[in-house]
Amino acid sequence: MPEPILELQRISKRFPGVVALSDVSLSVGAGEVVALIGENGAGKSTLMKILGGVYQADEGMIRVDGREVQIRNVADAQKLGVSLIHQELNNLDNLDIGGNIFLGREPLSGGFLCLVDRKKIAEQSRGYLEKVGLNLPPWTSLSSLSIAQQQLVEIAKALSTNARIIVMDEPTSSLTLTETNRLFQLIAELKSAGVSVIYISHRLMEVNACADRVVGLRDGKNSGQLAKSEINHDSMVRLMVGRNLDLKRTETRLGDPRNRIEFRDLVSPFFPSHSITLTIRQGEILGLAGLVGAGRSELAMTVFGITRPLGGEIIIDGKSIQVHSPRDAIAHGIYLVPEDRRKNGLIISMALRENVTLPDLWRYANFGVISYASELRTAEEQLKKLSIKTASCETLAKNLSGGNQQKLVLAKWLSLRPKLIIFDEPTRGVDVGSKAEIYRLMRNLADSGVFILMISSDMEEVLGVSDRIAVMREGALMGVLEAKDFSEEAVMWLAVAPVQTNKDSAASRHTTLKGS
Amino acid sequence: MVAIFLGLFVGYALLETSQRGFAATLANPVFLGQANLLNLTRSIGLFGIFSVAMGTVIITGGIDLSVGSMFALLGVILAYLLGPDNIPWPLAVAIILLLSMVIGLFHGVLVSRARLQAFVVTLCGLLAYRGLARFISSDQTVGFGSNTGFELLRTLATGSIFNLPAPFILFLVVCVVMGVVLHSSVYGRYLYAIGRNEEAALYSGINTRLIVTSAYVLCALLTGISAILIGFYTNSISPASHGSFFELYAVAACVLGGCSLRGGEGSILGIFIGTAMIQLLRNIVNLQGIDSSLEFVVMGGVIMIAVSLDQVLGARRRNREARVDLRGAPADAAPAAKR
Repeated sequence: MPEPILELQRISKRFPGVVALSDVSLSVGAGEVVALIGENGAGKSTLMKILGGVYQADEGMIRVDGREVQIRNVADAQKLGVSLIHQELNNLDNLDIGGNIFLGREPLSGGFLCLVDRKKIAEQSRGYLEKVGLNLPPWTSLSSLSIAQQQLVEIAKALSTNARIIVMDEPTSSLTLTETNRLFQLIAELKSAGVSVIYISHRLMEVNACADRVVGLRDGKNSGQLAKSEINHDSMVRLMVGRNLDLKRTETRLGDPRNRIEFRDLVSPFFPSHSITLTIRQGEILGLAGLVGAGRSELAMTVFGITRPLGGEIIIDGKSIQVHSPRDAIAHGIYLVPEDRRKNGLIISMALRENVTLPDLWRYANFGVISYASELRTAEEQLKKLSIKTASCETLAKNLSGGNQQKLVLAKWLSLRPKLIIFDEPTRGVDVGSKAEIYRLMRNLADSGVFILMISSDMEEVLGVSDRIAVMREGALMGVLEAKDFSEEAVMWLAVAPVQTNKDSAASRHTTLKGS
Repeated sequence: MVAIFLGLFVGYALLETSQRGFAATLANPVFLGQANLLNLTRSIGLFGIFSVAMGTVIITGGIDLSVGSMFALLGVILAYLLGPDNIPWPLAVAIILLLSMVIGLFHGVLVSRARLQAFVVTLCGLLAYRGLARFISSDQTVGFGSNTGFELLRTLATGSIFNLPAPFILFLVVCVVMGVVLHSSVYGRYLYAIGRNEEAALYSGINTRLIVTSAYVLCALLTGISAILIGFYTNSISPASHGSFFELYAVAACVLGGCSLRGGEGSILGIFIGTAMIQLLRNIVNLQGIDSSLEFVVMGGVIMIAVSLDQVLGARRRNREARVDLRGAPADAAPAAKR
């Protein structure tokens, strides 16, 4: 390991009622990529926020270049060359690229008028944009950029502060494979320029691909580290959960082709020129793969009635049904576990009990007046069934961990009579332990006769959990793979489509990523 | 809720520094005199009903700024119906309530279907309805004079039941009914759910458009009832000033009572106390002989201080609650809580 330029020593941080970090140490060498892994709530983000000046540590020491430093706020961190790229991008999308890069540090002109010197911004941003490989004029409005491009702007911003240590918190969670690969290239370039990167991710194959060293956190404590040669999937999982976790697929369920739900010529208003015809068999988990923006969530929203289809029908039990609203969908037993659970899945400032009973509140009411006791009974039953860990049914949903929140969304639906459940990215932002539980729940539901459609961008998940895989691209269904044909190449080939495979080598590159 | 008690305290402190002192006010035979207490409770009743109405839309994350102008418009129409047109009062009341619901429906549809901002929609209402009222009445004051034939309405506004002002009794009834509706009914739960996260409510199968629209209709209906009471209370309606700024009294009562203009927060008890607080303040300002032009200064100051303190104390309370949540949780939900 090169001489450390950054050392965090025995950092502890307490929040009211919880010790978020205790005695955590981390050191980073110049030009080193250190991956920080751990389950949700392990303290990764807290540690990085202490480094970035968002929080202050209660105990412990931070050294930069061997000198002890105090980081009291974000400006202090910037001065020391530390830059954070948050999980949720903190860009202002009403400004242009240059305005974002120089936000808060705008070069001024006009003397006492303090006007923003746009010319200077444009000139200087161009250099940084070149470095990160974003070939757009600096006056491009940020709202017209893809998430990947916005991320590049964030990195350009970090470079413009002369950052020597860049922290990336789940940077790939909304990137496509090509964009992810571009990011890795950039990390390699940063590395050779002597910039250190702390890389936080749940996606172990990415860590495998880019990290020089892995540091694990568990329950707010160091759980060990791995040198470059020791990095592999199993050893990382061990660091995170302290046990081996078997995500390998069991036998494939063929499903009962006679009992099925069909989408026939369904046209979503997002992609009016394509119609989707898809069959889900009872007993199977149908995976729905594709790149971000392939129209999978849009299909889910159409089936669930968020947007009205322009045409086509949904056939359940041999009967064609029309879905005009989520209410209709729910009445037919079609439920959606949405991608963004905090925004769409739950009302996070309401109690668990109220969230569980919300979809079918009339069931708990006499003449419109809700019976608290009957609500509580169902809520407790569901929490127990799904082993949601919480103090009581009156806990607010926002105080749950990511995995428990996801189970709470499911609890809402399982207290009803599900026929088809669409899972949209069911394990995004969910820790490894809860992931396995959610997979088990999906499998049990499928076995009990519930139709399962699982949208996922996580290749491991798609290949490991699905019994068949449908692949979409740009709003069109490109094909359905049977279990015997499963491979990353096959899925990617459909996802990027023949015309693009030559110039866009995402598929082949991705295979090299996986490693083990 | 904290705001309410702080508000009381702050109001007290303000008055303590004024010339006569608060203790003097309480000891003032006029304040405790039956006449004053009756006046006070009557105005609490009159202002309370439409404050509760305002609360319903504020809970969904909306607002209704047109309340005061609706008083003018509905008041003028009522005066015409009962006066020159000589329509039987039950029919007149029915027409007024129907008309108010139509206005509410109009607001609701624009907010929930056309996705216009409630502030804008009802601001337009604020301008339009008062203008309409002035046009209809040719900007002349209209009234009920001493006409007969609708004594019941007059009693409801100015009379007493069981020695209590009738509007106050009506307000209590509204509070009880709306308390059940907001806090224990399916409909009420939907209102709060929408106020906190409309999208998640939609994803849970709630017909959010219908519920939001109905909240505006309900608000307008209660406003219509208030319009009748206030019309008879003043007995004459000058369209240019009748009920003007009343919507702001209602918003103030809601905010003081713990409603958040972001939606999803607030309770009937809070709105009740908020209304009482504001009327009490007005009453004290009057009795203190403070220049009546300072009334709004006192109110503005008290609300601002109360709400600021509530914000500070609220943050503490939430911390405490989060701690309680963690205490009972199993080990991995709060890994270090046990240590």
